[in-house]
Parts: sequence; structure tokens; C-alpha cells
Amino acid sequence: MKQLLSIRGLRTYFYTESGVAKAVDGIDLDIAEGEVLGLVGESGSGKSVTALSILRLIPDPPGHIVAGEILYNGRDLLKLSWNEIRDIRGNDISMVFQEPMTSLNPVFTIGMQVMEVIQAHQKVSKEEAHRRAVEILTEVGIPEPEKRMKQYPHHFSGGQRQRVMIAIALVLNPSLLIADEPTTALDVTIQAQILDLMLEMKERRAGASILLITHNLAVVAETCDRVAVMYGGKIQEIAGIDTLFSAPFHPYTHGLLGSIPRVDGKKAHRLTVIPGSVPDIHHLPVGCKFVTRCPYAFEPCPDIEPPLIEDAPGHWVRCHLYPNGGTPAVAHPDHVQRRPEPLDRTD
Amino acid sequence: MSAEILLDVQNLVVKFPVFGGILLRRVSEVEAVKGISFQLHRGETLGLVGESGCGKTTVGRAIINILRAMSYRVEISGRILYHHASGVVDLLPLTRKQMRPYRVDIQMVFQDPYSSLNPRKTVDQIVGEPLRIHTKMSRGERADRVRWLLEKVGLSARHMNRYPHEFSGGQRQRIGIARALATNPKIVIADEPVSALDVSIQAQVINLMQDLQEEFGLSYLFIAHDLSVVRHISNRIAVMSWGNIVELGPAEEIYQHPQHPYSKTLLAAAPRPDPAFNRRRRSS
Repeated sequence: MKQLLSIRGLRTYFYTESGVAKAVDGIDLDIAEGEVLGLVGESGSGKSVTALSILRLIPDPPGHIVAGEILYNGRDLLKLSWNEIRDIRGNDISMVFQEPMTSLNPVFTIGMQVMEVIQAHQKVSKEEAHRRAVEILTEVGIPEPEKRMKQYPHHFSGGQRQRVMIAIALVLNPSLLIADEPTTALDVTIQAQILDLMLEMKERRAGASILLITHNLAVVAETCDRVAVMYGGKIQEIAGIDTLFSAPFHPYTHGLLGSIPRVDGKKAHRLTVIPGSVPDIHHLPVGCKFVTRCPYAFEPCPDIEPPLIEDAPGHWVRCHLYPNGGTPAVAHPDHVQRRPEPLDRTD
Repeated sequence: MSAEILLDVQNLVVKFPVFGGILLRRVSEVEAVKGISFQLHRGETLGLVGESGCGKTTVGRAIINILRAMSYRVEISGRILYHHASGVVDLLPLTRKQMRPYRVDIQMVFQDPYSSLNPRKTVDQIVGEPLRIHTKMSRGERADRVRWLLEKVGLSARHMNRYPHEFSGGQRQRIGIARALATNPKIVIADEPVSALDVSIQAQVINLMQDLQEEFGLSYLFIAHDLSVVRHISNRIAVMSWGNIVELGPAEEIYQHPQHPYSKTLLAAAPRPDPAFNRRRRSS
């Protein structure tokens, strides 16, 4: 499978009064052509910063991309000039944000905002831009697009605004759509519609990929082909969608899956929880980032950061419990339970 | 489950007037709650689900009788019968002052752990405030009780003199719960208590709420939009849509065999952490 985007050793730090926050601290990630990749994590895990880094939207200062490369079609996005990256945005890679209420400009009509993208990137007549705007709004399911073009964002409901955002993002047929929590602010029925719409739009564009950033594992299960789990600025596990939900490796992933109550099947009496809370980004542990909350932590965990290794084909994990695949990090002590038990998800 | 009724809401209607024109006359109204009835039993959790704008939050606010303070000329009718130790009282027509003795029994946990705690007060003051208002406890007694409450919700006495900004979202929600429990209430109305929290923290707070319910025999009116969370915590569920309860029944019944078309739609739309199920659904 051809890789569309390859992130290598990306480090994005924020220099704040209370010290350096290593929001993204060395991540490697590939997005293949035509796939939907989920990037999952809790607040502060670095998932949004990763997305913003790809499009160079990190406010600098206080943020700064310290190291790494982001290869897109053989070009390193981090080395491009402002004009060049501007050309990439919208044309090749575009983004949908969480807040459909604030990401549209309230003083311009919807039509102007859709046409702006077309005219900023391509030399087309106003009539042509208008025609294409109507076309894309129809495609994302806005009824009476001609009329709605003349209206302002406050005339649109949350779900419709998110449809407009998707229209703006996709009007130039980019090959990668980055969606950062696109449905978090929406009701469940609307959420389902928007997720369906995104997948539908992707299907119609051969080879297009989606990077879906979310904290919601159910949304991931609904839409993604592959998932990367982030914690403490690092990728902790990457797996195919079925593997991640049926046989996850990392104790953090186990914890996350245990934390979600289910809509179907047997009702658990109690949820299994991950104890404690996400560590302060300014004072992350030296070794494994999850060590402070991990029920399986043993000797090397606090001091030595485990490498991200391919423990099974296509299944990567960053944990001392899994020394197969790559170089064994450390010998496994007998007193530690070998690995988390496979999840009982047959109920 | 005993079916002892604690709260009996009968035909509750809430209308918010809409003012318009230069003179700001009442031009129309929004009927947020259109005559709903339900009962809350002792020791149970009744889940109230629905999408935004369905009126679920308004129901909670009507019960603790703060709608009149929040909205000018709101029109409320119906009855909210509270069955307390020595009789039955309709909470709806009560004035602020008359309501006070019942406030002790009915407390609320809010959605946003950031805006629901006064940033200028310490945890000690926040959790102790209901005690200061509703009891004649001395300062020392109050401090003891606050300490005890904090430990109950998984915090400790050393947190007493800190301010809300020093805590994470999950810890703040614990503070909010401690405050709600301060007066030893019978009913806790929890309006989206976990939706602002991270997944792993949500599970902690849900477990905490269940533990406290068992220990103190609390009844919860659990208002939320997340169907999986509601199913997990509730004994019975009421599904709301456009100001009406369209279906009310035992949690499992509603999830296994939803009757009303709206409940069916809502359940079908809820994403599930099960890739195989989603593929089946998509291909069908």
C-alpha cells in the first residue's frame, strides 16, 4: 500500500512560563492512501497538536516544531516556505475542526466562505466558483444550496454547519482530510449522519484518506481502518481496527476499553477504571509515560522508555511487557503477570 | 427494588416566553416541557435521555425550583410532589424561602466542573457552603464534615485549602459531588455529570456515583445524552423528545426492545465500540 503521509520523529514543544511542555515527543506514523486512520487519546495526549503540526498551524511562539519530518508525496512539509504550505492547505490536505459554531466567520455568508477557498487556490471566475460551491453544498446534503449560500452561519444548525465545514474542506478534492473531533459537539443522531457523510465523501474520491482525531473509541470503531493510541505525547499502540478492539496489547488501551460502558450486550456491574489522572504535561515520567497509572508496571518502567515495536504484523506497541518483535528491552520478571488478559468481549 | 415513591412529577409544563418588538412585549412562547409525568423511586437511578433542546435539563431545574430565578416570567404548571418523612408537598408553587427546608434533601451536580465551582473560594468553603446555609453546625463541625466528605469522594483533607483551578476536571467533579452530598440529600439531580470528562475519568466518576448511591441510599435523576453511560447507571430510563417523554421503562427493556420510533432512532445512531457490529450495520 502506498503511503500518503509519513510522520517521522515529530516533536512539537510548547515553551511556557511553567517550563517546556512536550506535547508531541517523537511520533512516527504513516497514513496510507485510501485509509481512515484514527488517532485516539485523552485531553493532553498530543493528538490535536499532531494534527496542527501536519498543517503547520502551531502558534509559534509559544509552540515550536523542534524536530522531525512530515513527508507528503516525497516533500517534507516542515521545510516548505509559507507560500508553499499555504498551497498544500486546502488543495492537498485540509482540516475540519471540532467547533462548528466558531470555525465559520459569522459576518460572511456561507456562500462567500465556500467560494473564498476556491478562489484563494485556483484562478477561476466568480461564476465558476459559485457553481462549484453550489455543487459541493449539494453533495454534503444542504437542501436548497442556492438559497442557503446567501445565508449566514447563524441560520444553520450545528450539524449543518459541520456539513458546510466538510464542504469547505473537500471542495478542492484534497487527498487527506484531517478531522479533529468533528462530531464531539453534536447530538448522537447528527453525529452518525456526519460520520456517514465523511466516509461517503471519501469513497467518492479515489485514494483519499482521513485522519480522524477523537477521544471517543466508539466513533473510531464506527469509522476507522486502523487506530493509533496516544498518551503523554507518544504513540503507545497502533493496530488494525478489529485487533485493537478484540486483542489490544497496551495496558492503557485495555484500560480505555474497560472504561466505556456498552449500549448492547451484558451490562457490566462496574466499569474497570484506569486509576489516577493524566500526568501534568510539564512533568511527564522519564520512562514509560503511563507508568503512574499502569497496574502492570514493574522495574524498568519508571526509568526506561520502552521503544515502539512491532509485536505482531502491523500491530505496534510501546510497552516493556511486549519484548517480542524488536529488541527485547529488558528481561521479564516472574512476579509480574505476563500480559493483560485478553478482553472478554464475547458477551 | 422497592417501589417507594420519592418524587412524583405530574403533568409538568414549562413555557419560556419570548419577548419582541420595541416594547419587548411577550410575542410568543417556547414550550420546553409539554406536560410530562414520571416518578422517582427511593434508591433508584432514573436516566433522562434525549438530544440537546429536548427539555431534559429544564426538567431537572424545575424540580429543584430554580427556573423562576433563572428565567424571567417563565410559566410552570403541573405538580412536583415530594414525599418526605412527614408527608407530601408540592414543590412547584413554593417560594425560595419555603423551598429551603427541601433543598437539603434535593441537591444537584452540574455538567461543567469548571464553571460550577466559584473560583474565588477554597474547596473547604465550597463544600461547606450548604452546611453553613442549611445547618447550625459550628465551624469545627463543618470542617470535620467537609474532611469526611472529601475522603468519601476520593480526595483528601489536604485539598481543603486549595482553589478550584488547582484541580483537574475529574477532581473538580468530585468536589461538586461532595458539595451535593454535604447536606445528606435523598435525591441528587445530576445534569450531564460526566460528559465534560475524559473517558478514563468518566468511568471513575460513574463508579464513585454508584458507590455513594449504595452507601447512602441516594436516588439519582441522571440527565445525559450519552446512551451507553445512561444504560450503565440507570435502573429505569425515560426518553425525551421535543418536551415529551416518549418512552419510559426498565433500562434493559428500552435497550433491548425500544418501542417508540424515536428511541429506536436514538439507539441505532449511538456508536458502539464494536467494529464487527458496525460493519454488519453498514453493509445491511
